[in-house]
Amino acid sequence: MEMPLPSRMILDQKATLVARLAEALGADGVIHAETELRAYECDALTAYRCPPLAVVLPRSTEEVAEAVKICAAMGVPIVPRGAGTSLAGGSLPTADSVILGVARMNQVLEIDYPNRFIRVETGMTNLSVTGAVEGAGFFYAPDPSSQLACAISGNIAMNSGGAHCLKYGVTTNNLMGVKLVTAAGEIVEVGGAHLDPVGYDLLGVICGSEGQLGIVTEATLRILASPEGARPVLMGFDSSETAGACVADIIKSGVIPVAIEFMDKLCIHATEDHAHAGYPLDVEALLIVEVEGSGSEIEEQLSTIKEVANRHEPMVLRESKSEAESAAIWLGRKSAFGAMGQLGDYICLDGTVPVSELPRVLKGTADLAEKYGLQVANVFHAGDGNMHPLIIFNANAPGELEKAEALGADILRLCVDAGGCLSGEHGVGVEKRDLMEHQYAAEDLAQQMDVKDVFDPDWMFNPAKVFPLAASEGRRGA
Amino acid sequence: MTVLAPANEAELAEAVADAAAARSPLEIRGGGTRAALGRPVQAEKTLSTAGLSGISLYEPGALTLVVKAGTPVAEVEAALGAQGQMLPFEPMDHRALLGTEGEPTIGGAVACGVSGPRRIQAGACRDSMLGVRFVNGRGEVIKSGGRVMKNVTGYDLPKLICGSYGTLGVISEISFKVLPKPEAEATLVCDGMDAGGAVEALARAMGSPFGITGAAHDGQAALVRIEGLAGSVTYRTGQLQNLLGAQWRVLEGTESAGRWRAVRDVTALTGEIGGGGAIWRLSVKPSDGPAAVAAIQKNLEAEAVYDWAGGLVWLRVPEAGDAGAGIVRAEIAARGGHATLIRAADPTRAGVEVFQPEPAPLARIARGLRAKFDPEGILNPGKMG
Repeated sequence: MEMPLPSRMILDQKATLVARLAEALGADGVIHAETELRAYECDALTAYRCPPLAVVLPRSTEEVAEAVKICAAMGVPIVPRGAGTSLAGGSLPTADSVILGVARMNQVLEIDYPNRFIRVETGMTNLSVTGAVEGAGFFYAPDPSSQLACAISGNIAMNSGGAHCLKYGVTTNNLMGVKLVTAAGEIVEVGGAHLDPVGYDLLGVICGSEGQLGIVTEATLRILASPEGARPVLMGFDSSETAGACVADIIKSGVIPVAIEFMDKLCIHATEDHAHAGYPLDVEALLIVEVEGSGSEIEEQLSTIKEVANRHEPMVLRESKSEAESAAIWLGRKSAFGAMGQLGDYICLDGTVPVSELPRVLKGTADLAEKYGLQVANVFHAGDGNMHPLIIFNANAPGELEKAEALGADILRLCVDAGGCLSGEHGVGVEKRDLMEHQYAAEDLAQQMDVKDVFDPDWMFNPAKVFPLAASEGRRGA
Repeated sequence: MTVLAPANEAELAEAVADAAAARSPLEIRGGGTRAALGRPVQAEKTLSTAGLSGISLYEPGALTLVVKAGTPVAEVEAALGAQGQMLPFEPMDHRALLGTEGEPTIGGAVACGVSGPRRIQAGACRDSMLGVRFVNGRGEVIKSGGRVMKNVTGYDLPKLICGSYGTLGVISEISFKVLPKPEAEATLVCDGMDAGGAVEALARAMGSPFGITGAAHDGQAALVRIEGLAGSVTYRTGQLQNLLGAQWRVLEGTESAGRWRAVRDVTALTGEIGGGGAIWRLSVKPSDGPAAVAAIQKNLEAEAVYDWAGGLVWLRVPEAGDAGAGIVRAEIAARGGHATLIRAADPTRAGVEVFQPEPAPLARIARGLRAKFDPEGILNPGKMG
């Protein structure tokens, strides 16, 4: 992965930079010893590593603004970091950059049940937001698989989704406002407790901008009343294509489940070995379909869904009969990524396709995997076409990482060519940066970079991400 | 007045490129039913998107619709309705409120960021947008987003285009996520309830697990809407009656639908007071709605109706002077949120800030975006300030 060459001038100024940051944030707010910087050399895309020049861990928005002003004055790039769980390398540093981590800013600032929002500092983890309101019968809907660890700041940067966004939407649909530190170190509020923007929808473009437009230090998040109950049903099919076709038919039936999750045989077996969820082992693919409501409402929805499923002659159709059975069904799905680890190293892709294209893209993925001689497991959010092919490889075997990456790029091109996109919920980061030209024409990317120019004229925030380096070169240097 | 009427996207791009070369401002027009929103535009030529019409792709099984900007909203809704589906955001029809004629277009609804009562549950217009194609002020065709349900590939320009009133680009095509049309609907009505009591009750309903898709006070009564499968609607209606009280009576079917169409289109305020009347649209924290209105009413004769559980307030005030701008804005400044002047005569709209003035750093960003997307300043110049 190509990254811009670090600036010698910035590297030479490290001592001055660290001294000024320490003066503003206190000595314990700045990490600069080489051994300690190792902890920040990568995020969850571990194939790429580079320790930053320094790390700052501010305690307040004002401290964030101070750090930004100091870096701006010295021309030092800033790489924002939440919990470092990005699968796309969104917080991968360069040697001449400062990581700005919001991990110490993790307080709840306000909970307003009558108006159904919570205001938090963005270092809070996703799950702890729900934790703060569930006692009162509320929850925060976006639920990425990493929700125990990932921070709201990163969720906003990548517009994170999760299993339940088929019904509740992704981060952008649940984000009402932010406090933002601009590239000039100004502190501004965008959005808030009201429901729609004044002027241009800047909040809409800040969300999902991968930390390139500003540092989000506080967020106003919509909270929803928890449903009375939920129940999953598990269906097994004799082919991935049939399972894919069933997904499209369920959606056409007029019932929108909260989640439709898909796992293929390779994934089912790995998961079952790991989590013992009681999944059927003789099927080629399974779906987990969950609906919500009261007991009678659940029955009403499931009767439609089962009728649709039966048209596809499922090998297994198992409705959860108890809390314990429901928990087991979800336990398997939620531990799928961890379970895949026993098969080897893996790259997790994130391409999204129209639901109607699922059967064809699943077949195409299998064909490509065979051509490359690598195993690909599939576990994903089928209801919205957000695929997560997992490419299994051995990182210690010379050339395998490169081979796996090449397969990954081919699969993502297949997704784009099927009318889809490179990333449904992980973001572009460095991982998919150089594929952007497959999805977008030069003018499309230029228009996006124009937005970056306006918010961050010197390209100080996360400069080497999202856009192909050659495309952004003239702007980054400006 | 010259009207340019391109028949396709390529012609649209050419028309904008020509205007850019000549630095000749364009007023962008869909059906013209919402043309009076924003500040009046001074332009020699009108650019109509009416020729860009028709559904490009509709896949009910993928909940996806791709439609050209000049397509009438009615045509879109009819096509969706034939498959038992709908636009989730329930776009308002501004004709009654603005006294306009013509056919509202889908591009106009997006350009003005128009959402209706279901916004509180299904999201706003921008939340249903999966992608957009538009022609920027340089005459370049730009695409952003796509037609899939989840997409974080690059910046979310569809959000920026939605509600930009044609000032960042001329929309040529939009892709939407659509939803199944509910099998049944019901409305709980509490007659004679005042706004303060209503907004409290609406908050209780919204805080319940019963999936409210409308929460309004139309000047006469508090209204709560429930939609979904028939059995579920019956169940939730009963549960909500238990929660809110037996004085809440039930409307069903077309009676319920008609009541919400009136809320959506603000028909309670479409008449006139004293031969005139300006309309303000306030976006506030829902629980602030009634108190903000009460404070404004101390200094200004004003009638109000509420949607979005109190968070959307429509005010009718006398149009004299600044149409109450000073009073309304002072109240909003103290509480947060914003106020937009929706209906007033051209001289009034030219003389007051139609949109809430933004803090300096955000106003600078807005100006910067306009300069990048429309360097010659030819797209609806002045519309947003």
